[in-house]
Amino acid sequence: MVKIIIGVIAYLVLAPFVGGLLAGLERKLSAKMQRRVGPPVLQPFYDVAKLFEKEKMTPTKYQDYYIMGFVLFVVASGAIFFGGGDMLLVIFALTIGTACLILASYSSNSPYAEIGAERELLAMMAYEPMVLITVIGFYMYCGSFNVGDILAGGHKMAILPMIGIFIGWMFILTLKFRKSPFDLSMSHHAHQELVRGMTTEFVGRTMGFVEISHWYENVFLLGFVFLFFANGTPLGWVIGVVVAIIAYFFEVFIDNCFARMKWQFAFKSSWIVAVVVGMINIFVLYICF
Amino acid sequence: MSAYVTKSPWVVHYDGSSCNGCDIEVLACLMPTYDVERFGIINCGNPKHADVFLVTGSVNEQNKDIVKQIYDQMPEPKVVVAVGICACSGGIFKDCYNVLGGVDQVIPVDAYVPGCAARPEAIIDAVVKGLGVLQAKKDAMAKGGLPAPAAE
Amino acid sequence: MGTILFLILFPMVTAFVLLVIAKNDASRDIVVKLAAAVIAVAAIVVAVQFAAGDGQKFSFDGEIVNYIMMGIEALLCIYIVIIGIKHKKWLASLFAIIQTPLVMWFELTKGHHIEVEHPLYIDKLSVIMILIIGIIGTLIAVYAIGYMKDFQHHAKDDRRPWFFFVMFLFLGAMVGLVTSNNMIWMYFFWEITSLSSFWLIGYTKTAEATNNAFRALIMNLLGGLGFAIGIVILGTVFNTVELDTMLMYGSLYGDLVAIPAVFFAFAGITKAAQMPFNSWLLGAMVAPTPTSALLHSSTMVKAGVFMIIKLAPVLGMSNFAGIMVMMVGGITFLFASCAAISQVNAKRVLAYSTIANLGLIVACGGVGSPGAVWAGIMLIIFHAITKSLLFLCVGTAEHHIGSRMIEDMDGLFDRMPRLAKCMLIGIAGMFLAPFGMLVSKWACMVSFVDSRNVLLVGCIVFGSAVTAFYWLKWMGKLTAVVAGAESVEHDVHKEETFVHISLVILVIIACLGFPFVSQTMLVPYLELTFGGLAGGLLSHGNMIIMVIMLAVIIIMTAMFYGKSNKPIVDIYLAGANTGDNRHYYGSMQKEVEFSLRNWHMEDHFNEHRMNVIGDVLNIAMMVIGIGIMVATLVSLLGGVA
Repeated sequence: MVKIIIGVIAYLVLAPFVGGLLAGLERKLSAKMQRRVGPPVLQPFYDVAKLFEKEKMTPTKYQDYYIMGFVLFVVASGAIFFGGGDMLLVIFALTIGTACLILASYSSNSPYAEIGAERELLAMMAYEPMVLITVIGFYMYCGSFNVGDILAGGHKMAILPMIGIFIGWMFILTLKFRKSPFDLSMSHHAHQELVRGMTTEFVGRTMGFVEISHWYENVFLLGFVFLFFANGTPLGWVIGVVVAIIAYFFEVFIDNCFARMKWQFAFKSSWIVAVVVGMINIFVLYICF
Repeated sequence: MSAYVTKSPWVVHYDGSSCNGCDIEVLACLMPTYDVERFGIINCGNPKHADVFLVTGSVNEQNKDIVKQIYDQMPEPKVVVAVGICACSGGIFKDCYNVLGGVDQVIPVDAYVPGCAARPEAIIDAVVKGLGVLQAKKDAMAKGGLPAPAAE
Repeated sequence: MGTILFLILFPMVTAFVLLVIAKNDASRDIVVKLAAAVIAVAAIVVAVQFAAGDGQKFSFDGEIVNYIMMGIEALLCIYIVIIGIKHKKWLASLFAIIQTPLVMWFELTKGHHIEVEHPLYIDKLSVIMILIIGIIGTLIAVYAIGYMKDFQHHAKDDRRPWFFFVMFLFLGAMVGLVTSNNMIWMYFFWEITSLSSFWLIGYTKTAEATNNAFRALIMNLLGGLGFAIGIVILGTVFNTVELDTMLMYGSLYGDLVAIPAVFFAFAGITKAAQMPFNSWLLGAMVAPTPTSALLHSSTMVKAGVFMIIKLAPVLGMSNFAGIMVMMVGGITFLFASCAAISQVNAKRVLAYSTIANLGLIVACGGVGSPGAVWAGIMLIIFHAITKSLLFLCVGTAEHHIGSRMIEDMDGLFDRMPRLAKCMLIGIAGMFLAPFGMLVSKWACMVSFVDSRNVLLVGCIVFGSAVTAFYWLKWMGKLTAVVAGAESVEHDVHKEETFVHISLVILVIIACLGFPFVSQTMLVPYLELTFGGLAGGLLSHGNMIIMVIMLAVIIIMTAMFYGKSNKPIVDIYLAGANTGDNRHYYGSMQKEVEFSLRNWHMEDHFNEHRMNVIGDVLNIAMMVIGIGIMVATLVSLLGGVA
């Protein structure tokens, strides 16, 4: 019980800092890759603080509600994860969060936001199978859906028997983080074709909340990477954290190396990856465990 | 205390009717040589997220509504930078039948960058000048009232 | 037993009253409302009566009833043969001519000597079904009062007495179906529901309606044929026609019982509109919306899945009947969900989603573990409530905006605010987390994984992703606040509004109260049926978290929905927004209107292609499954001889 409370509180307090810091380092790394100096590491925090300073406005009085749902459920899903809860529940809570964000974009009836929202929907359809396969893989290898049980150990590192699923998870992280080549719905880069995609109509603090939620979300998505290495020993912890951080910067690296792909490619490739590496890995797990 | 808006001025860039010379210089600011992201400046392309409005080219009958609307859709505090001589006064197009003149004919402008085309250093300098205006506006907002337009 | 007989007979009596006596609007309104109230109350009384204990079996001498039923069956058979010939639908006549004499022959020869100890029974599952039929079914009937008045404006002759007659007949037959222990009785009610749906679908008498009605009839008669063969095998080989005895034999003789079960399951599959039989359910969309709602949420298709859930203990991974059923369900779930993406017609989206969800229930029955059956029953409950709500919302929308296309629901949020909100709750109920459907889908997923059938896991994993896509894009269309839309909601019939609100309340009650339902109804039922629970249920903690999440959503909605102190500004349109959020100034200063459309991904999820793939796979599964079962039977009989 104490562990759960510590986990949840640590997540609630630390995740935005870790997430923001990662975002800052990401911009620094991108800048370095482009031979620029780049912004200060704390730049994402300045950005969000600024967003909260701006004038309030909204295209429709319903937007706030959906954004509130997004913030709440993204944070809640992370809290369930770090509280050692059920991974399927985590995924479902995250789905409501994402659904709320999508509805927030739709509610403005802005063409840019709506196309962004539809692309986000597509991304959701593309990554969802792999996400579920990942969770099912953990259940089959570790015998539990609970993050707490997996952390407690009693099994070897999941990375080797679940290597296919790990690859699949890394693949869809690109979609989840909205990085090139799959930054379809919105982008931090100056791709201007959709203005700002689904965030076009989020002004000031609304946008600030969305940014903070994304930090929360990123941290716990990396938590899944960590789980592949957790085996209850300190070594597992160290390796897990290091690989999770490497994974993040690997995604940044990919982001800077690719242009945006068409949605058809994003969709098909994710499903093919899910079927080829994910389902086959599941099948192997069935046979071996 | 300095407002965070001065540490993260996001830019929306609008080309009124320029020859694209100034636009290329604006984009050059974002490139590695000048790298304005050092100051947290991002070209966000969306008035609803922007703090700084960079306008190039003169204002004419056809684009005045658009300029006005982009300005209106930006949330306070915000500043306008007129980039290039056309945006400042209409430049060589000033006497054209459909040209109204500089950007300040339609919206209040906070900083002027003369030049044909404007140099990147000058553009960056103007944006940094604009930050002072942003700070003033923010302070005024904190006191409860929006400031009067800085320049006419 | 009295209340159950009452629940079977009272709707039928009401049906005749509506057909013969109460023919004008005013008296029909009163009779329908009164009868609906009586049936709903009676259903609740039954629930209270049998809430405690393990249910009850009723023994009485049903000899006369048998003959009456046989007589009616013979008449119905003749009727089907005649209309089949009249409309040149030879298959309908053919199926009728084979199955009814088959059952009658069996009853008069072999069946005559089989002692039926308990023709009727009731257990917790029947109670749940009776509640669904008694409450949701009657709500749909009440809704139909208002709806059919609007519908009548477009029709030539007033055939509403007939419509309500069939509706109430249907309700009575459904109650009979879920409480019959004697398979021959069940078969009788089964045939009545098939025929009632035929009448309901063909109500408008247009060429299309008649055609689709016959398609439904033929497919269901094919299922009925399977049912009849099942009865004959059951009677001949196992010397019983009782459902409970059959299930008991399942635990004694193991997989032998799977032989008749595969035929009953086949009947269930046709009725539950699984691929390749899904076309009857899609065709049924030509009928007035209350028909769709009745057939697809609370009655007709639920009879099919009820049958399969009942058979669950003898299915499972250990025999081909079980594998066939779960794969048919899983494949249907996946491909019907995919097909739903490409649909523009709201009713067809609902139809495909119904097919998909039934697929999931069928697969649960096929897996046959306690956890799977738990999920299946939960799906039945939540699906009945949510789907009827959605159908009835679409029906009302159709009458007020003049279209059932999702693309025409632009700005419905302002045009019909209350309706749009009901619809949003319904859609959220279909796939979002703290609402019931997802709870059951979650349990499904767990039990599918435990069944160790990788293909089934694949089906649910991909199917769920697709499900979220087509619901969310519809939800997005509804939530979009389109400027300048005016409300046209003022003349919605009060019956319709009443039913919408009641169903919304039911959705919320069901979502908040499902741990209670699970504890008091499902767990005892499963313990009785499976002799204990081998895990596989959702943990209590998770259920509580779900309920808390829902509570949070409700509070959040009550406090913050549509409440924002921020000034409202125009949306950004590159170029200038003309100020109404619907137009912008184009390059030549011309006002251009923009409109937003959904994404149907015709290239990837072509309806026809999805159906063909699903059909082929499922036909193959069924040929293999039934083939192996028949081969077993033949070798068995050969061995005996």
